[in-house]
Amino acid sequence: MSNNNLLRTENLYKWFPIRSGIFSRTVEHLKAVDGVSIDIQRGETLGLVGESGCGKTTFGRTIMRLTEPSNGSINFDGVDITKLKGRQLKPFRRKMQMVFQDPYASLDPRQNVRSALLEPMRLHHIASSKKDANKLAEEVIKKVGLNPDHLARFPHEFSGGQRQRIAIALALVVQPSFIVLDEPTSSLDVSVQSQILKLLRNLQKDLDLTYIFISHNLAVIRQMCNRAAVMYLGRVVELAPIERLFENPKYPYTKALLASIPQPDPSKRKELRVLQGDVPSPTAIPTACRFRPRCSFATKKCGTIAPSMVEVERNHWIECHYDIDFAKNSQVDLSQQSA
Amino acid sequence: MLTPEIRGNEDVLKISNLNVIFHTYAGEVKALNGVELSVKKSELLGLVGESGCGKTVTSLSIVGLLPPNAEVVSGEILLNGKNLLTMTKEEMRKARLKDVAIVFQDPLTYLNPVLTVGSQITEIIATDTQIFLPKLLEHRLDEIVQVENEKGQLDTELLSEKQRLNSAVETGKLDANEIKRLTRNYVLSILRSVRLPHPEKALESYPFELSGGMRQRAMIAMALIRRPKLLLADEMTTALDVTVQAQILQLMKELRNEIDASVILITHDLAVVAEVCDRVAVMYAGDVVEVADVDELFKNPLHPYTRGLLASIPRVDATIDQQSSIGGSVPNLIYPPSGCRFHPRCPKAFEKCSQAKPELVEVSPRHLVSCFLYEE
Repeated sequence: MSNNNLLRTENLYKWFPIRSGIFSRTVEHLKAVDGVSIDIQRGETLGLVGESGCGKTTFGRTIMRLTEPSNGSINFDGVDITKLKGRQLKPFRRKMQMVFQDPYASLDPRQNVRSALLEPMRLHHIASSKKDANKLAEEVIKKVGLNPDHLARFPHEFSGGQRQRIAIALALVVQPSFIVLDEPTSSLDVSVQSQILKLLRNLQKDLDLTYIFISHNLAVIRQMCNRAAVMYLGRVVELAPIERLFENPKYPYTKALLASIPQPDPSKRKELRVLQGDVPSPTAIPTACRFRPRCSFATKKCGTIAPSMVEVERNHWIECHYDIDFAKNSQVDLSQQSA
Repeated sequence: MLTPEIRGNEDVLKISNLNVIFHTYAGEVKALNGVELSVKKSELLGLVGESGCGKTVTSLSIVGLLPPNAEVVSGEILLNGKNLLTMTKEEMRKARLKDVAIVFQDPLTYLNPVLTVGSQITEIIATDTQIFLPKLLEHRLDEIVQVENEKGQLDTELLSEKQRLNSAVETGKLDANEIKRLTRNYVLSILRSVRLPHPEKALESYPFELSGGMRQRAMIAMALIRRPKLLLADEMTTALDVTVQAQILQLMKELRNEIDASVILITHDLAVVAEVCDRVAVMYAGDVVEVADVDELFKNPLHPYTRGLLASIPRVDATIDQQSSIGGSVPNLIYPPSGCRFHPRCPKAFEKCSQAKPELVEVSPRHLVSCFLYEE
């Protein structure tokens, strides 16, 4: 099982210092990623869900080494890439790619599609000749559902859905084995969203890709992923196979998140206000259990001892006193236990 | 949800044959192509469609805030029988102050960053104290009456205030400090009604100090403070997280009983519509293609576009392979397709569709559709 891991992070931290005053002293830290340990298996799609500001994107960028981790390690394909620099990192840059949310911002407006596709090929010495490179570019553009005529065009000539296809082509052209998809369909209309999702699914099958799929849309996560991790204020609070997560969520926040999704069916209307208040600022994370101030099950114990990740069922991990104790012994009075 | 019987049939807003074009360097964008829409009293109407279908242009036409390069070619927008399109600027300003209010998608763009939330809300009242004075007086007098009912009698201070205010109701004049006090009192009560936590503190806060959900609540408060007859909510929850969206939608459900206003909820999210609206209008490329009660629309969609749209919503209870999508993409409205604007993407299109524009007709009670498939 363990050699099936493609990527593994151990206690990964990314804290952004907040500087203030005339000497720019660090006054506090914005804890975007606050100790994430996670394994990603070859060929799977791992979903990352959570509300804005929970650290999904920063986590994605950190494992890509687009930002430097503050602490912890990233292991890709058996190699610790946390400390690698420049040239040493280059082969990994090729194996790991990222597709960003906004296809309007991630393409250079003055570069046509062909030259955009040829650039990474040249940097990574993918094709032996110009002819080969052009052939590869044509193959890739066909793979993402566009045709070779599109190669001569510029980004502004494409619709949002087509641009996202180009962004995917850009990731694929260096033949990666791992792609971080950061909200790839969030800026698209619903009628084109499912086209892109299906494309991503088919590409994964054909090219043996491993995905991290970041999204705040739980329905999309459900459709795309094998497993999903729910993030809250920089930590993974629940990790489970996708069906288990949706049918039997254990963490109170996951439950609330699932209950907040409006259903596209007027006959299933329900009371919507399931979670009070807002997400606290990541500069002032509550002590012990970080979800405690909004949690309706919180006990004294939650305010004093930080919960740790526990496997409550096979492959189903949560970081919560309530449900863990609950599963162990439902008769125990939680408030007494903490005293 | 209100049943059609309770809602009544009185049209608060009636838009007929609205054509709007935008003059751009690339050419004329035919943004609205004869929009027909009506909103009944106290109804919550959902206006849905993809980006670029004309939802926002419709709402901006109603409030008279179209950008300078837009031109209303034809049509009329009747609000309680008065045509908003022929109004002078001053009349329109008054209408925006009294009758129509709008809440936008991104509250951070529409709130002034250098003024406190409180001063921005009270500014609305200060612009035209004459319009608001009766409301302020009525509100405070109601509060005093409530105290009276609870305690059985009033202390001397409240009693003299009651007399002062009652005489102000008759004369229509009140001293500036009193107005200030009443305004603050009224604003606080509105902030409380939108469930803004710590309203006194929020009044002194700048927009950046509030969270997204709180800012949106402040925007809703700014709209409600005018007691509008029509409230336009343009993608009100799109920029918010699901848990906060759920809070705001729940608030809308609760408020609708209190505010006695008609609401147009503009959104691209059909799930939001299913959750809160009474009736739905579906727009595509500048046309209203289908209008029906919310249950009817989701159970029995008629227009091929509505069907495609419903089938393409990602669902928690379906797999990606069960999911369909509409082929092609939204047309460029500088060169809109002839006839029915949906025909190039329509799986059921036939010859006639490219030649003439189908009219919006009532095919079954309260269910309107604009498609040749349903014409006798």
